[in-house]
Amino acid sequence: MIPATFDYEVAESTEHALELLGGREDAKLLAGGHSLLPAMKLRLARPSLLVDIGRLRDLSYVRDAGDHIAIGALTRHKDVVEAPLLQEHCPLVPSAAGQVGDPQVRHRGTIGGSLAHGDPASDLPTVMLTLDAEMVIRGPSGERIVPAAQFFSGVFQTALEPTELLVEIRVPKLPSTTGCSYMKMSRRAQDWATVAVATLVERRNGSIGRAAIGLTNMGATPLRATQAEEAIAGGAAIVDAAPLIASGSEPSSDTAASAEFRRHLATVLGRRALEEAAGR
Amino acid sequence: MRHVALTVNGSRHELELEPRELLVYVLRERLGLTGTTIGCDTSSCGACTVLVGGESVKSCTMLGVQADGLEITTIEGLASNGQLHAVQQAFHEHHALQCGYCTPGMVLAAVSLIEEGKATSESAIREGLEGNLCRCTGYHNIVRAVSAAAAGVS
Amino acid sequence: MTVTESKTTTFVGTSVKRKEDASLLRGRATWVDNIAPPGTVHMAVVRSPYAHAHITRVSTDVARAAEGVVAVLDGAELAEDWQGSLPCAWPVTEDIKIPPHFPLATGETRFQGDGVAVVLAESRALAKDAAELVEVEYEQLPAVAHVDKALEKGAPIVHSDLGTNECYVWKLETDDFQAALEAADVVVTRRYVQPRLIPNAMEPRAVVAQAGPGGELTVWSATQVPHILRFALQLVLGIPESKIRVIAPDVGGGFGSKLNVYAEEALAAALARRLGRPVKWTEERAENYVATIHGRDVVHEFTLAATKDGKITAVKSDAKCAMGAYLQLVTPGIPLLGAWIYNGAYDIPNYSVTFTGVFTNTTPTDAYRGAGRPEATYVIERTIEALAEELGMDSLELRRKNFISEFPATLASGLTIDAGDFHAALDKLLELLDLDSIRADQKARREHGDVKQLGVGFSTYTEMCGLAPSRILGAVRFAVGGWDSATIRMQPLGSVQVVTGTSPHGQSHETTWAQIVADQLGVDVDVVEVLHGDTAVSQLGMDTYGSRSLAVGGVALWHASQKIIGKAREIVSHQLEVSPDDLEFANGSFSVKGSPDRTMSIQEIAFQAHAAHNLPDGLEPGLEATAVYDPPNFSWPSGAHAAIVEVDTETGDTRLVRYVAVDDVGVPVNPEIIDGQVHGGIAQAISAALYEEGIYDEDGNLLTTTMTNYLVPSAAELPSFETDRIETSSPTNPLGVKGVGETGTIAATPAVINAVVDALSHLGVSDIQLPATPERVWRAIEEAKS
Repeated sequence: MIPATFDYEVAESTEHALELLGGREDAKLLAGGHSLLPAMKLRLARPSLLVDIGRLRDLSYVRDAGDHIAIGALTRHKDVVEAPLLQEHCPLVPSAAGQVGDPQVRHRGTIGGSLAHGDPASDLPTVMLTLDAEMVIRGPSGERIVPAAQFFSGVFQTALEPTELLVEIRVPKLPSTTGCSYMKMSRRAQDWATVAVATLVERRNGSIGRAAIGLTNMGATPLRATQAEEAIAGGAAIVDAAPLIASGSEPSSDTAASAEFRRHLATVLGRRALEEAAGR
Repeated sequence: MRHVALTVNGSRHELELEPRELLVYVLRERLGLTGTTIGCDTSSCGACTVLVGGESVKSCTMLGVQADGLEITTIEGLASNGQLHAVQQAFHEHHALQCGYCTPGMVLAAVSLIEEGKATSESAIREGLEGNLCRCTGYHNIVRAVSAAAAGVS
Repeated sequence: MTVTESKTTTFVGTSVKRKEDASLLRGRATWVDNIAPPGTVHMAVVRSPYAHAHITRVSTDVARAAEGVVAVLDGAELAEDWQGSLPCAWPVTEDIKIPPHFPLATGETRFQGDGVAVVLAESRALAKDAAELVEVEYEQLPAVAHVDKALEKGAPIVHSDLGTNECYVWKLETDDFQAALEAADVVVTRRYVQPRLIPNAMEPRAVVAQAGPGGELTVWSATQVPHILRFALQLVLGIPESKIRVIAPDVGGGFGSKLNVYAEEALAAALARRLGRPVKWTEERAENYVATIHGRDVVHEFTLAATKDGKITAVKSDAKCAMGAYLQLVTPGIPLLGAWIYNGAYDIPNYSVTFTGVFTNTTPTDAYRGAGRPEATYVIERTIEALAEELGMDSLELRRKNFISEFPATLASGLTIDAGDFHAALDKLLELLDLDSIRADQKARREHGDVKQLGVGFSTYTEMCGLAPSRILGAVRFAVGGWDSATIRMQPLGSVQVVTGTSPHGQSHETTWAQIVADQLGVDVDVVEVLHGDTAVSQLGMDTYGSRSLAVGGVALWHASQKIIGKAREIVSHQLEVSPDDLEFANGSFSVKGSPDRTMSIQEIAFQAHAAHNLPDGLEPGLEATAVYDPPNFSWPSGAHAAIVEVDTETGDTRLVRYVAVDDVGVPVNPEIIDGQVHGGIAQAISAALYEEGIYDEDGNLLTTTMTNYLVPSAAELPSFETDRIETSSPTNPLGVKGVGETGTIAATPAVINAVVDALSHLGVSDIQLPATPERVWRAIEEAKS
């Protein structure tokens, strides 16, 4: 399979990337290429210009930024998985990043590319939504910060304007009393999630306080299981909250699973992810 | 066309590439390195796996122009001084290939896995080869070969 | 003078390391896609997006004007190039309906992916670009995709001029069958759906065709069947076979999918003749999913009848078998490859098998590893469990009670199994298994109500392979014979060339054939070179499929070796002036009985044969022999397999915990290579049980379009396998060998499903449709609850 023809420019800096991106209507950014190139090979995507930002090494980092950890958008999945700062302060991120694709994909694919692609079956968008992470976006008129809850707007759609670039992701430092889990069910190890559930649970002397629950591939965007979260906040036990996890979701049916089975899986995986995060 | 310089198996090549040329076609058709094969087109099968900067990458999911300035190792460059690499040798000794079409990609994925120190157990090897499909061997002997090579290398 | 030394080692029975690996491991293989003679043009095929449509207009002007385009042709423009249809070699009944099948559709397309036009351009990329510019207007027609629906009244008709979707009805029934069925104490009938499987050889198909000025044609193809392709190209193109050379260089797996004669092979050849330039086509994987044959797609209604103490008295199978839209090379015959073994490993005196071949608007079906025998084995091995349940008997006891136990054994279906020991295979399996501790674990999990339940499933099987005795093939209306050939050529200095009519694509013939010949001639395995896959080198051959290579082509090697030894004996007898009867041949050397110091090595004889200074009167120089072997019987491997699975009863996720196989493949030539064949077959069958399913929607759109949604498993989804063997030598051939290529695929699918059902039987689950996806497992549990 061979993509349709396109022009290609290498961005030397973020500013240069923005300039190139703004200069052509259907230009696309190319980072690791692991979301875009497969679509182009199938000729489902036909950008006229690719702006290669893969050489902007200054956007590849994991930094302690005081109250949060800052992750450069061009940080590869492999480097996210292995980042000690994330393992210490926000292990949900490396745990999920380690489940993206396969080793070859993780060697090339980037966190920013994965988030900007906006695939509801993808792991990292759900994780960012669950963490209430923030997306730092740079555009022609400067920088803006968009919370994850407002970033994912539809199937392959995000808050990014065509002229904007995701530069950084900010994830919270989780207190040691917060447990987390990412439970993914896929048909094969390399596959996208049939369904996955991310959880954060505040552990309080043997009981649980607040919980955050995020769902992968249960609708057009990653979702929060707000009814279940509210039930737990109201004191419900995990087993009682779990049946509410799929409420309000609208998963699709495809060759991997029907919508009905996805709802069922979400409740099972959600219960297990809550229990794991709660340390049980 | 874009001017690109890349190092493949230790040799530097300067090429004029069309941006849409995938790395795997650059290797196969521009450089005649036909050991790297194409099995699926969707980044699923890993037959086209090569090492980029020492790490396994699917060369069907990378543009040739993206490889500008990078070092690439293909199956042809893995043996040194006529001696098979330990993973190649282990594949031979454990009958880890039949038709051989997936073999170059499988070998390079295994080399990368071992180099990263992740081929530590049977299950780690199985998980680590999740991106490479073989239709002949059922993986049994591939896993044995990679285990043996990992034990020998470490 | 240096001559190669003779060697006394026996190679057969040892795991000689593969000769094939040297090039494959270094990336030095020759795949068809590596080949591009100077001036090559690249072909792209424009395919129908609809399962069934009238082609109302094909407009090629824009495509013709595109960059780098050499030619654009549609089906009508190419019609005069065809002397005949793409062949179907197995018209299974006299009144079978065989619709014409040309390389490009004209008038109507009948499956998604049916070729409509071809584009030829200076590069692969430009051909693909221009193919997008060919404008085809379609008028969609109603389509039927599923075998059950296609025979319903009012169903859309795939070939309207036939007036029906019924391709054929084939029946085999013993005289007293109906009476036996009626007299039975217990009758169990079950229905089984075996879905489409997409073979997925890792190397997609590829072809390069080059036509010479004298009308000669060279075709490189990623095919299992270079000889059959050569024969077929004469039928399709009208070029005499003598002018056609087909080369199958290194071929990256086939599993039956490359046992065919495809539209693209004929197109490339025809276009190479038209253009006077080499034409190349390499299949993309998504294209492979529609343009290369599928396997299975059969719905069975299957009945076992028994006495109340568990003696099975009758078996009945009624199957609807999808043909797809056209009949490819052996499409209608695939069910028949299982037709004689619906009794499984059991002695069942009364027998009835009916197949109805059915056209659907789908990619044609044809041979996929096992071909007919996995289908038959699945339904008997699932139903034996149902019968055991009905009788309240242990299913292993029921199996043992009905095993065929005396050999040779003539089956109710008429064929004769030459050798086997089904009890011994099961005994050995149980030794390896430790069933008691598995059952104890299972019991404990059930008592605790664990989420993850354990199940163990068995499959005992025999199969007929080693295709095939030519007379039987003739009797069942197969168009050609089932023999194969071997030529052994001793070179003057003692090295050996072997030319085989088989065409390996992963089976290791270069190594194992050398082992057989080295032992017969008493030479070192390293001096034996095996040549194959080029009809200019190997003129006579019937190629590789149906676990035939060893049991037919391998045995031909033995016969050719005897001819070499016979001629050598004449030379030695002449030169040593002794009677041929006084000569003994062992370890590569003739010696005179009673005078052990009077010897002559096979290498020395080879030299003498070529020097021809002192040969008996009338004897031709050289030491070369060809044997063509036609097997008197099929080959009958057998065995006993067990799968142990863990099922997550909440998510339906099923994982293999262990897989244990004991097979009887006769005398093992190379144990490690045999194990490799078994591993691969088991993996494909586990995958058929748990992962793989080619899915069409009601309109005939294939939904599993790439490897991202058609699930070929990786190492992460499979366990290591425990394999062992018992050995009953086949008396049918002098090597005692049986086929091995398909045993795993035939045995393992029912073992896995039996295990899944066993894991859930306490919840009331008695069947799960293939493949046992998490959702199907979950639904089965939910349905059993309600």
